[in-house]
Amino acid sequence: MKDNDHISKRKFMEELRRYQKGSVSRRHFLGVTGLGTAAAVLGQAMPGLRPRPAYAGSHIGDRVVLATWPNYHDAANFDLFTDDTGAFVQVNVFGSNEEMLAKLQAGGSGWDVFVPTNYTITTYVSEDLIEPLDVTKLPNYDAAAFDPRFADAGTVNGVLYAVPKNWGTTGFAVNTEHDGGNALTTWKDFFDRTMDDFSSRTMVHDYQLTTIGNALKYFGHSFNSIDPGELAAAEKLLIDVKPHLFAISSDYQPAMRSGDAWLTMCWTGDGKQLNSDMPEIEFVLGREGGEIWSDYYAIPKGAPHREAAYALINHMLDPEVNAREVLAHGYPVADTRTNALLPDEILNDPILYPAQELLDALEFGAAATLTDPNRAELMARFKSA
Amino acid sequence: MTQRRRNWLLVAPAGVWFLVMLVLPLSVVFIFSLGERGPAGGYVPAFTLEQYANLPARWTAFKNTLVLAPLGTLAALLIAYPLAYQLAVRTDPKWKTILLVLVIVPFWTSILIRSYAWIFILGGRGLPALLEVFGIEGVRLIYTPFAVTIGIVYGYLPLMVFPIFVSLDRLDKRLLEASSDLGAGPVTTFVRVTLPLSIPGIATGCLLVFILLMGEFLIPALLGGGKVFFVGNALVDLFLQSRNWAYGSAVAFTLILIMLVSVTVYMRLISRLQNGRDDVSVM
Repeated sequence: MKDNDHISKRKFMEELRRYQKGSVSRRHFLGVTGLGTAAAVLGQAMPGLRPRPAYAGSHIGDRVVLATWPNYHDAANFDLFTDDTGAFVQVNVFGSNEEMLAKLQAGGSGWDVFVPTNYTITTYVSEDLIEPLDVTKLPNYDAAAFDPRFADAGTVNGVLYAVPKNWGTTGFAVNTEHDGGNALTTWKDFFDRTMDDFSSRTMVHDYQLTTIGNALKYFGHSFNSIDPGELAAAEKLLIDVKPHLFAISSDYQPAMRSGDAWLTMCWTGDGKQLNSDMPEIEFVLGREGGEIWSDYYAIPKGAPHREAAYALINHMLDPEVNAREVLAHGYPVADTRTNALLPDEILNDPILYPAQELLDALEFGAAATLTDPNRAELMARFKSA
Repeated sequence: MTQRRRNWLLVAPAGVWFLVMLVLPLSVVFIFSLGERGPAGGYVPAFTLEQYANLPARWTAFKNTLVLAPLGTLAALLIAYPLAYQLAVRTDPKWKTILLVLVIVPFWTSILIRSYAWIFILGGRGLPALLEVFGIEGVRLIYTPFAVTIGIVYGYLPLMVFPIFVSLDRLDKRLLEASSDLGAGPVTTFVRVTLPLSIPGIATGCLLVFILLMGEFLIPALLGGGKVFFVGNALVDLFLQSRNWAYGSAVAFTLILIMLVSVTVYMRLISRLQNGRDDVSVM
């Protein structure tokens, strides 16, 4: 292509038609019209348009399979990844860490990247289900940029297995139009009012960790307790509450939006999403405490598209990409580089960044709750009661 | 090739299918049911009846299933029979095919999506909002046993309609005329002629729906709001949440035994009902 300084209008239109009809390739079209050069020049001036050097020209395959949580990504970021690398992101959504672990234990999950929560990672390591990460393949990962509180769980016995995605809390969302001017502030309120003026309007998660954990908080016990006496108290409370529940489900947004449910256990991002659309729905952290958590990106053992997995994780760790994620789902990140790109109203949002005294009362989930058979049986008795 | 050998060869494909698709998986489930749960979940080989001794812990799930599966089957039958009758006996033949296709069309989409659609129909902004327009307030439909029943009838209706339709469609119209010529009214004709002749269809439809309902988990979870707990839901939780494969296998194997017994009893009853008639047979 020796002459692409200029092109007549007529010739441009001819080339455009040829391209539209499929007679010439996109590359040919961009070349003869000079649009390719224009894009390249513009690209130098605008960093956002510059091709990502790490993967330009390398072959990572045509797809990458991501196992993640509901309402947890900005689809535009996946499209961008596909444009950059040619690999399509296939998303599988799960309801609990138990379910993710069960799929990996059964084998043949076909996943390349999954999103475990802090307290599960040691179990994945001991079960030999998770791949140690090669940081040289993750140029966008800068350990120093992350708040260690939300990054530590990714390293087990000095080996890096997972890099931080988002952190958040588990509180409850309440439709304040129905609280009669008497705000709910504690887990005691949550369960007591469910048996009173919120009867048949409350949802709890279909998830042992949070449903049992928050019932334990009613009595001031640890969110992670596996003490038989404390669990028995929580079980009695849950079974007493059950006739007053609207549903036991982790898919609570539709019912809260339609007005069928007024009160639900709720994760940060769902609270933010509900509150943005319906300001009367407020997100509350129980004063007694509850859960604080951090999710990570990790690669399972035997991932079929390992290179694509690294490429996807690296893409998602790009501060610009990550900032768009936060704006889409409303979960905070522990990455100072990403926070520098976020507007103040996000960084000062009380749902994403609760007051310190509320945060101090929260506990990270403990590995024991994931594998404790008594908590699992308690949940089954509660659901079948 | 001897006759004997030829017979063996002819039976072989069915035999292999039977072995690989039925005997092998069931054996795996049985062997797992004698094992133990691993410390982080999964399965550890063992030889114990401990899992079967624990079965009472899922008694509620079995009870709910054993009540709701026959009730759901009955509800589907009561709605499907008039529909099938209308289609087979009353409908102009030129419309028959189109109407039949309309019965199948919902099957072209996943049951998950169709059940999810019912969440919005039965939710506060759906039917209850419509009823409020007519002055009926405070109706709650979603996440009730009633919603589960609707979901079951809706989901399994075609499986009930078709066998009944086929048996009624084949019905010789001259029999009805003969009955009427001999002085029977429409009700007597229906009870003494039409209904007995459609028993094979009813029996097949009920069997199909009942067997699927015994393992149902999706509709109770979606439309029952997780509060209506079937054996199917217990199994999903045992395998996907608590990862107790050994106990889950024991529950699954028990469910299979219950089904075998109830289906055998059912077939016996039906064949007794047929009273040795040789013009009709079940399935």
